[in-house]
Amino acid sequence: MIYLHIFWVFFMTNLLGYGGGPATIPLIQKEVVDRYGWMTVQEFNEAFAMGNALPGPIATKMGGYIGFQEGGWLGAVLAVLATVTPSLILMITLMGILYKNRTSPRVKRMTAYVKPTIAVLLGVMAFQAFFDSYVQISVVHIIILAAGSYWLMEKRKVHPGLVVLSSLLYGAVLLS
Amino acid sequence: MKQRDIFIAFFRSSMLGYGGGPTTIPLVQKEVVERFKWMDNEEFGDILAIGNTLPGPINTKMAGYIGYRIGGIPGTINAILATILPTIILMIVLLTTLTAFKDLAWVQGMTRGVLPVVGVMLVVLTKDFLQSSVKGLRWATVALHVIMALFLIEFLHVHPAIIIASLLLFAFFKPVKKDTTIKKKGRSA
Repeated sequence: MIYLHIFWVFFMTNLLGYGGGPATIPLIQKEVVDRYGWMTVQEFNEAFAMGNALPGPIATKMGGYIGFQEGGWLGAVLAVLATVTPSLILMITLMGILYKNRTSPRVKRMTAYVKPTIAVLLGVMAFQAFFDSYVQISVVHIIILAAGSYWLMEKRKVHPGLVVLSSLLYGAVLLS
Repeated sequence: MKQRDIFIAFFRSSMLGYGGGPTTIPLVQKEVVERFKWMDNEEFGDILAIGNTLPGPINTKMAGYIGYRIGGIPGTINAILATILPTIILMIVLLTTLTAFKDLAWVQGMTRGVLPVVGVMLVVLTKDFLQSSVKGLRWATVALHVIMALFLIEFLHVHPAIIIASLLLFAFFKPVKKDTTIKKKGRSA
């Protein structure tokens, strides 16, 4: 029964959670804390904070951890499968149709029409990143990190992974 | 070889992606478009657009599809495992042994340090997409689309998925005229 519940919780929350991982967090909390009582709000927030302190997608980390708590390794696997599979199948199907018809004028037009909106979404995400930084650290640090990383990645063509690693180190030493 | 590259690409972008979804998008783009050259920015943009209209976490949708394109079903499984497994294991191990990890000052410092860098990557991606938009549509049309999208998302709080889905449907069902169809004006959203 517990396995069924685990699968159901993560299946449903991720199908309802439009807007990717972060959007599903409140839905997961509702199910896990209010409905099934697997965790207290405090425990859920602890797990969420930990998830945010670690790299990688948040929804699968939450699913894996909560699934493990309630149903051991099998629970973790089920929770992750329920999180990932349904939307992935939709994705592969839809993209498959588009890719097969990529030379058709309609599909080309779809790509063209959607591009400015993608640019806006990315721009909004960029703004959000800088705004969150502004709330947390001083402007001087933001300028050093932003200008430095722009110069390294765009002018010197340093691998972005190295630049990110340096910024993690910078943060661990100077922003803690 | 190919499967090894898939694993490296998604392992690296996930392990460096502090802060969830948005953080990993520019990192995945760097690996998939610039490093391994599996696709161009156009196709990456389509994946992002479709991914945004579908529910569920964005990283695993992107990883799963790109893995599938490059290496079939094994590629999908490979890309998804590379994306999620290392961090889930870290999460379980750390939360069951060391609850104070997230409160460590240097961990929080790391999260703060990476944010402006992600901001820069997103700005560069935004610029790329605007530039290639101008190639496909008229300049004024792009400006109109940008203003409309910004207004709808930021001021009316319309979900981006709804805007993208409407644009896709409009582009699909609008009658196709002979030649220069893409240059034609599109006033939707």
